[in-house]
Amino acid sequence: MGLFLLKRTLTLLGTLIGASVIVFLVLEILPGNAAQMLMGPDASPDAVAALATKLGLDQPAWTRYWHWIGGLLTGNLGDSYAYSSPVIDLILERLALTVPLAVMAMALTVVIALLVGVTAAARHNKLGDVGLMGMAQVGIAIPNFWFAILLILVFSVQLQWFSAGGFEGWGEGIFAGLKSLLLPALSLAVVQAAILARITRSAVLEVMREDFVRTARAKGVSQRMVLWTHVLRNAMIPVITVMGMQFSELLAGTIVVENVFYLPGLGRLIFQAISNRDLIVVRNCVMLLAAMVVIVNFVVDVLYAVIDPRIKASDI
Amino acid sequence: MSAILSPSVPASSAPLAPGFWRRAVKHRSFVIGGVFALLLLLAALISFVWTPWSPYAMDMANKMQGPSATHWLGTDAFGRDVASLLLVGARASILVGVIAVGIGLVVGTALGLLAAARRGWVEEAVMRLSDFTLAFPAILSAIMMTAVFGAGIVNAIIAIGIYNIPTFARITRASANAIWSREYVAAARACGKGSFAITMQHVLPNISAVLIVQITIRFAIAILAEAALSYLGLGTQPPQPSWGRMLSEAQTLMFQQPLLAVFPGMAIAFAVLGLNLLGDGLRDLLDPRLARAR
Amino acid sequence: MPLLEVNDLHIGLQTQRGPAEAVRGISFSLERGETLGIVGESGCGKSITVMSLMGLLPSTAKVTGSIKLDGQELVGLPEKQMCQLRGNRIGMIFQEPMTALNPVHTIARQVGEPLMLHRGLTKAQARKEALDLLDRVGIPDAASRLDAYPHQFSGGQRQRIGIAMALACGPDLLIADEPTTALDVTIQKQVLDLIQGLVAEMGMALILISHDLGVIASSVQRMLVMYGGSAVESGPTDTVFADRAHPYTRGLFAARPALGAVRAGRLPTIRGSVPELVDIPRGCGFAGRCDFTTDACHTTKPPVARQPNGHAVSCLHLDAVAAHATLAAA
Repeated sequence: MGLFLLKRTLTLLGTLIGASVIVFLVLEILPGNAAQMLMGPDASPDAVAALATKLGLDQPAWTRYWHWIGGLLTGNLGDSYAYSSPVIDLILERLALTVPLAVMAMALTVVIALLVGVTAAARHNKLGDVGLMGMAQVGIAIPNFWFAILLILVFSVQLQWFSAGGFEGWGEGIFAGLKSLLLPALSLAVVQAAILARITRSAVLEVMREDFVRTARAKGVSQRMVLWTHVLRNAMIPVITVMGMQFSELLAGTIVVENVFYLPGLGRLIFQAISNRDLIVVRNCVMLLAAMVVIVNFVVDVLYAVIDPRIKASDI
Repeated sequence: MSAILSPSVPASSAPLAPGFWRRAVKHRSFVIGGVFALLLLLAALISFVWTPWSPYAMDMANKMQGPSATHWLGTDAFGRDVASLLLVGARASILVGVIAVGIGLVVGTALGLLAAARRGWVEEAVMRLSDFTLAFPAILSAIMMTAVFGAGIVNAIIAIGIYNIPTFARITRASANAIWSREYVAAARACGKGSFAITMQHVLPNISAVLIVQITIRFAIAILAEAALSYLGLGTQPPQPSWGRMLSEAQTLMFQQPLLAVFPGMAIAFAVLGLNLLGDGLRDLLDPRLARAR
Repeated sequence: MPLLEVNDLHIGLQTQRGPAEAVRGISFSLERGETLGIVGESGCGKSITVMSLMGLLPSTAKVTGSIKLDGQELVGLPEKQMCQLRGNRIGMIFQEPMTALNPVHTIARQVGEPLMLHRGLTKAQARKEALDLLDRVGIPDAASRLDAYPHQFSGGQRQRIGIAMALACGPDLLIADEPTTALDVTIQKQVLDLIQGLVAEMGMALILISHDLGVIASSVQRMLVMYGGSAVESGPTDTVFADRAHPYTRGLFAARPALGAVRAGRLPTIRGSVPELVDIPRGCGFAGRCDFTTDACHTTKPPVARQPNGHAVSCLHLDAVAAHATLAAA
């Protein structure tokens, strides 16, 4: 297990470094002179140069890159161009909303998907299966922001159970905070759950065709028990892989959904930063999101090995 | 004594086996998906020749009406006919789909074929590059692009297209690798055929089924991505109609005319659903291992 | 009363080309402690027959006829009661040891599972019993390998583990479906000897399926030859081996390569190939491939001709076959 972890960790670091290079190239080098962009085309060259020096933009690319990486590790991400306040503070403040939102959405996704997927597989080719999978097909086709709008239409405009957007903040109590996150989390979860349910169902069906299921039944284990004790753990192997990939889709989804509900989260911060041409905020937020995606994939890989004892042995 | 082993790869190199169309019309997913996809195409094509009203004509006196005999799906905040907007909006969706998937297909498949043919460090390089790019979900990279280069449909297409490249590269490489290990390829190499010839004559035709399915799926994803970007204001710009942007306008008017938020979303959903079903149907029909349970 | 009584068993399956009869009226019985071998090619219905004994056929299968275990009718038995019999009074070993075990459960758990299920043992008690069983089937150093996973064992060892699982609750009947086919030749004899030894020791009845006549010859008291879903010949092993009254049986025996025999030309084979289930002729399944085929063979199902020594054959042209055999031997 030790060697496996080591190799995976090295891959993780490599990917993080690669991603940081891409982010830096695209958001720092490509745009050209950030100071010029911030001040606009009419600013005087002296003012632009002064700002450039202040922001450290006159140093060579290499130096700026290392400076940034060092900052990432120490937590000093510089100051926002637009707000002149530390980027790290801005990000942490927004994360307090986005992380719980993503976690809630992931939890909803997993619960819905497993229930639907296993149920459909157990009723293979019968009405329950066809019905559930039909719903899943529709679920995949629905844009998450449209579903969010529909949820608002039904639950906020018609039924008035929830507000149409905004976040009360955790100061009002955990329950109130979670309540404002419920509709956003649901709109994120429905699409991902639909995808995951289909994968769960086909994974379960595949595993049920394996020989060891027949052996278990020959021992007298009932069909239901076989499903939950023998099949599920084997079926989880491909399911968890997909869950890992879905987390990145989920994070991407938060960018859009936060805008639908006017939630002051990371996604909305990126969006506003783009409008303000606040590239330093964009750069750090994007890096953060990419890092979250990569780390989650790493965790998935490790979970993989925990669930399937064959991986530890064979995969070096 | 005489167990007949069925090969798990098509005997002929053509993806369409004889009897394909006969089976296709009986396949539920393929038919429904095909009809929806065709309707999408028709909507876009018809919009070039005729729309009930001009999508750019504003009529403030009749703004935010519900469906009626004159305006079949109602009007928006500026009095523009919703049905016409939807028809013209189909153009943006298809355009983005075709070009973005095209970029991914051409570049990604080329890279994947190269990786499978060359192996070694070329394969590693291609795979590592796609790993890095996959760390950025489509929306994220689109946002990066538009942050740097500005909003607009062209940048949106490029961003979505760039994200398609690693997807196609990975799938192509995985399928191509499976073909390269087949015995008839070994036989071809023993006859002195070069990698390029083998790739063109053996590998590409045999992975075409996988690629065709992937194309429909990525097309659907491209439509969703374009809608999301337009919703955020980063994609198709006014006055060019876009389903995504119609939704963002409708959201501000939710209390006054909720229907405005329903129709564009339904259009997106139908288009994507159709393409997904089409892809599912094609996957079943083109898969030589037909005994596989769905 | 015999332990197992199968009477006129018919099993219909759904194939890609429509419904077909996989088993066409099989009857046999088995006393306690008796061993029976079933021989036939792939697709003759031997596995389907024993799967019906276990009640493990697909839900689309139609079973008519009677299967009685100690007088209890198994056909149509509710699933819950069938679960109580499986692994408890009937044990089964399968052909492919490499895929027969759950890769994510330890062998202690898998061997102990029937014990916990049917005997109500606790986890600790089941573990102790499992250790005993594993020792008995010859797993070396079993105590330290209880928490190992299947992939850490060889094919032969996995089959032994499978045997331990099947025997855990001391069943009255053990069914072994080609238990050694997938194993190396050197291991085959060991595993067969193990099965025979345990069967004798525990007084179990055994149904052994094989396509290998050599295995049948040395392992079972009685045998059944199946073709196209019917039993074409059956009887005490020695008798069938000596008499070979049915043309199919003759064909099977003739097709075996004999070590050291001098043969000129090619190995004799049975002409034609095994038809798909839906294409098997209505009357005698072997019609068309048999050298003695007449028109009657295609339409009339041959009756079973029984002799006092237990030897039974189903063929319309027994005399012709016997005459041909005498000529050939002369």
